[in-house]
Amino acid sequence: MKARAFSYFRAATIDQALDAHARAGDDARFIAGGQSLVPALSLRLQAPRLLIDITHIDELRGVRREGGYLRIGALTRHCEMLTEASIAESAPLLHVAAPFVAHPAIRNRGTIGGSVALADPASEFPAMTLALDAEIEIVGPSGRRRVKADDFFIDLFETALQPGELIAAIHVPLFRADQRFAFDELARRRGDYALVGCGIMATCQGSRIEDIRISFFSVGNTPTRVKGAERALIGARLDVERIAAAQRALECDLAPPEGDEVPPAMRLHLARVLLGRLLGRLGEGA
Amino acid sequence: MSGFDETLLGEADETVRVRFVVNGRKVACEVAPRETLVDCLREKLELTGTHAGCEMGACGACLIQLDGRAVHSCLIFAVQADGARIDTIEGLSESGVIADLQAEFHRRNALQCGFCTPGMLVNAEELLSLVAQPSREQIRDALSGNYCRCTGYEAIIDAIYAVAKARSGGVTT
Amino acid sequence: MSAPLISLDRPNSYIGRSLPRPNAKRLLAGRGRYVSDLHLPRMLHAAFLRSPHAHAKIVSINTDAARAVEGVHLVATGPDLAKICTPWIGTLDHFKGMTSSPQLPLPLDRVVWSGQAVVAVVAESRAIAEDALELIEVNYEELPVVVDVDGAREVGSPLVNPGSANNVCFRSQLDNGAVDDAFAKASHVVEEEFSFGRHTAVTLEPRAIVADYDPAAGMLTVHHATQTPYQFQDLYSRHYGIPEARVRVIATDIGGSFGMKLHVYHEDMAVVGLSILLGRPVKYVADRIESFVSDIHARDHRVRARMALDARGGILAMDVVDLTAIGAFSTYPRTSVVEGNQVIRLIGAPYCFRNYRATLEVIFQNKVQTSQYRAVGHPIACAVTERLLDMAASKVGLDPFAIRAQNVIADDAYPHTSPTGYRFEALSHQACLKRLHEIMDYDSLRAEQADLRKRGVYRGIGIATFVEITNPSPAFYGVGGARISSQDGAIVSLTPSGEVRCLISVTEQGQGTESIIGQIVADQLGLAQERIKVITGDTEVTPHGGATWACRGAGIGGETALQSARALKRNILEIAALVLQEQPSALDIVDGEVVDASTRNQRMPISEIARIVYFRSDTLPPGTQAQLTVSHHFAPQGYPFAFTNGIQGCLLDVDVETGFVKLLKHFIVEDCGRVINPMLVDEQLRGGIVQGLGAALFEECRYSETGQLVNGSLADYLVPMPMEMPDIVIAHVETPTADTELGAKGVGEAGTAAASACVLNAVNDALAPLGATINSIPITPARVLKALKRF
Repeated sequence: MKARAFSYFRAATIDQALDAHARAGDDARFIAGGQSLVPALSLRLQAPRLLIDITHIDELRGVRREGGYLRIGALTRHCEMLTEASIAESAPLLHVAAPFVAHPAIRNRGTIGGSVALADPASEFPAMTLALDAEIEIVGPSGRRRVKADDFFIDLFETALQPGELIAAIHVPLFRADQRFAFDELARRRGDYALVGCGIMATCQGSRIEDIRISFFSVGNTPTRVKGAERALIGARLDVERIAAAQRALECDLAPPEGDEVPPAMRLHLARVLLGRLLGRLGEGA
Repeated sequence: MSGFDETLLGEADETVRVRFVVNGRKVACEVAPRETLVDCLREKLELTGTHAGCEMGACGACLIQLDGRAVHSCLIFAVQADGARIDTIEGLSESGVIADLQAEFHRRNALQCGFCTPGMLVNAEELLSLVAQPSREQIRDALSGNYCRCTGYEAIIDAIYAVAKARSGGVTT
Repeated sequence: MSAPLISLDRPNSYIGRSLPRPNAKRLLAGRGRYVSDLHLPRMLHAAFLRSPHAHAKIVSINTDAARAVEGVHLVATGPDLAKICTPWIGTLDHFKGMTSSPQLPLPLDRVVWSGQAVVAVVAESRAIAEDALELIEVNYEELPVVVDVDGAREVGSPLVNPGSANNVCFRSQLDNGAVDDAFAKASHVVEEEFSFGRHTAVTLEPRAIVADYDPAAGMLTVHHATQTPYQFQDLYSRHYGIPEARVRVIATDIGGSFGMKLHVYHEDMAVVGLSILLGRPVKYVADRIESFVSDIHARDHRVRARMALDARGGILAMDVVDLTAIGAFSTYPRTSVVEGNQVIRLIGAPYCFRNYRATLEVIFQNKVQTSQYRAVGHPIACAVTERLLDMAASKVGLDPFAIRAQNVIADDAYPHTSPTGYRFEALSHQACLKRLHEIMDYDSLRAEQADLRKRGVYRGIGIATFVEITNPSPAFYGVGGARISSQDGAIVSLTPSGEVRCLISVTEQGQGTESIIGQIVADQLGLAQERIKVITGDTEVTPHGGATWACRGAGIGGETALQSARALKRNILEIAALVLQEQPSALDIVDGEVVDASTRNQRMPISEIARIVYFRSDTLPPGTQAQLTVSHHFAPQGYPFAFTNGIQGCLLDVDVETGFVKLLKHFIVEDCGRVINPMLVDEQLRGGIVQGLGAALFEECRYSETGQLVNGSLADYLVPMPMEMPDIVIAHVETPTADTELGAKGVGEAGTAAASACVLNAVNDALAPLGATINSIPITPARVLKALKRF
């Protein structure tokens, strides 16, 4: 279980990283925390010719408020989601999701940029960018752009990132006093990929839901917003009937794939249970 | 401006020189870029106290301190750690910083085959550096990625709990 | 002359004391010396190309490109190794009629499971060897695959071994008569079909071996992470034609074993051959992905069983069919039928009943081999028996404790012979049941459970009684023709400075073998434990013996140490008597001092005796030949096995919406006879229980229809981790065996034996109000939700 040989380049700036990628062509990969990429290389599932280390690029670091958003640098590590005060305040959904991401030592190295770029459909953070209506700041050979999370996740491990592009930051709309959130997942063991996970961000007026974004992970090829369930809740009070209606809507919102251990019908059932519990908590103002 | 030398692409098998501060001493060694840090530590630096159990970050046997934080040495290539400070079980033992944890593990027999133990100790030390008096539940959570086939975990949890108490000035039981 | 073993108030009374393991300090400091750490001069590294198919003909292999890779020293295929290694067959004579095909390190023309090693590459590094593997072309012709056990038994099924009549490895039947009559007149009959998933050992250190053949000396040295160095010395000698005295197997620190590391693996045999071919040391460490497809698996049983009871809930009879699939051949040299054999013999073991019938059928299939792994057969026998008993209890209207109290063999009714022919010397079921009831605070738990149910919380309480096989005599393997020793040997010496060195054939895997041997020797000689050095695991140094497996280290190895120490003590006192002009019987040794046996007055230190014997033998009476080294062997006699017993309890919650099971607490009362080191015994129990809990809820090797293992990584195969495991409350009953002076029995497998049964009963207890039942292990959320018809 040893990686194929590759060359290594440590970039000091974004330009250096992009330039190296452009010159190495399709055979290059950026590496940040590497917590998913290194095992993929060790297993020889991937074998790039060049590994471009972006972890020493200062421009990719730092968390700051910018416009109505919290700009979270791509190199922000999972453990910082737990300790960084501005994240706990302005993007609390990421803060509460972080303890569920793998284990402490993985969180010490894994980065949010890497997690979103990989777009593992079973990962917490990519799904939370959807719930948060976050924007992904991308830099590449053709410049800099921002892509809404809604438009970022395309298919299994496929995103709006073009070859040679990398994520510079995640922009999360600042959390407001009229918002509520909830997060949970059903994982066999602490830190495992969940059988089903879900994050919710709701804007409320009293007990009425003005707007809500519900994002599931581990339910399909991409992190998945459940718009039918959202529609069932928007403009309504969170009562037992509404919750049941939202749960029913999942049938159309989700189409879990055949899994070897978790049949689609079971995953759908678990998604309903989890949604019911989270909405219940949301109703309690949790 | 670039800093990128294209001849690098033809030299995938060439070793490069990396420098670390390992257990308080400066070391330099030649590594192939594909060499993981755990392999480098064990084979090049002969620090075999760090173990490889799964090579994919799922067992915790290879935990070391990288710039003071616990990380899996199987999930980082040695070249990525160039310039870093690395502390392994050998250094942590010699400096005495985990002597109380080691003594308590010994007293309670919180190890059998010992293969998971260095990783357990690194993670325990990290937890206690972040949380002075963790609950037993918090200890279990912090160790949730550290696999032990022998002990059933309880003695490990008890040992860490006792050391946390002792470090906070409490009495061990 | 020797004080009673149980008295803890005398000097050097180490038997019965909780003492930390002296050798654990090295491991805590990262100073373990595992085979995977080993680096020898000129050492090369092996890697293996593995079959992607579960069953295929090897049409051709092209290794040209691999051989051309810089740094590659050897590429070997089946025929290369077949020239120097004789084949092996995993059958034993006492399993009448069993069959299995001959095996070689690498296959000649056919692969029989996905993951089987086909080609070996030896190179200067593991990475280079893996580079070369990618360049090897193997042309396969796929053959029909036998995966599930039902398909394997069908007439006209594809055959795992062409040329054989069917896919049956072994059939066995037990019947002591009148079973049908008993069922006919029973007031109650309960019946269930159980399934037990395949699981595997997942030792944290994977298998590791360094073979070092020196052609100049004709000497093979193998550094092998194994429990049984003597067994492998014999096997390497015989299969490679090297005289036994020129084969040395060294088993140093080992990162977990649990039975998995005492079987013959194709890669290990190949590595020995590769070293012989190259005349250089060759190292192979399985990576985790390789471990999953090449380490032995275990369990994989389907059991249909029924139990007949009288109106009051007394067991009348049991009738059992066990079907188990073992892979493509039977494992060498211990076979793959022992687990099934123990399943059918252990079912019903704790209980008093007369009529028993069981059929065992062991089937071949295209998967990796199964064989002995911690608690061989016990968890299956226990789950079947204990679940049926709970079903019976609910039918008759008895509490689970009550029906067990009614049926267990009474503590005063020994010796007792079970309906399956096992002879029990003395067990303590009644005492254990009573004690478990107390430590669980059972009645309060039931009251709390009733309250919780009103609030929609489904708490389950389960108990499971068990019997464990320990201290095996030659009846286990020797009678079948296996060269696996059931005796142990020790060489105990008084060193010139008055310390004691004990070389013993039992081995250390972290359970504390060296510690307890040291405690016994120190106790029996009358010496501080720090002055005893115990050495294990090197066939060149330690005497031949069974080593460590099947819970024999304390019982047989411990007795060996005890008798050896007593013999050395006699020899020391003989010399002391000469020097002091006393009768040996008037003297004793306390804390390293020769004392008057009656007054305890110090006469002389034993170091002085050592000095005289080694350096001033001229001062001893003429004709004296002092023997300060004693070589002693002990073979168990009397009962063929020393059975132990105990009972476990489990408390858990079932989330009936998600199917998740949360373990809250676990309990065990265990009787392993004389306890030498209570702390080490408790830690064996805890570790064993957690292994059983992993099996109960998480562990399963899942295969696709084409015979591919689909969850063969540590991310996908779920082992028990700290967050999900409960605390474990332990109590003991002590019934020493009278077959030895020491009275110790084994304890390493007791935890695993009943933990999964206990969970099965607790989950069913939790689900009882909802009318759902579970009969499969592992108990996954999918199975719970299915049982509840939630999807």
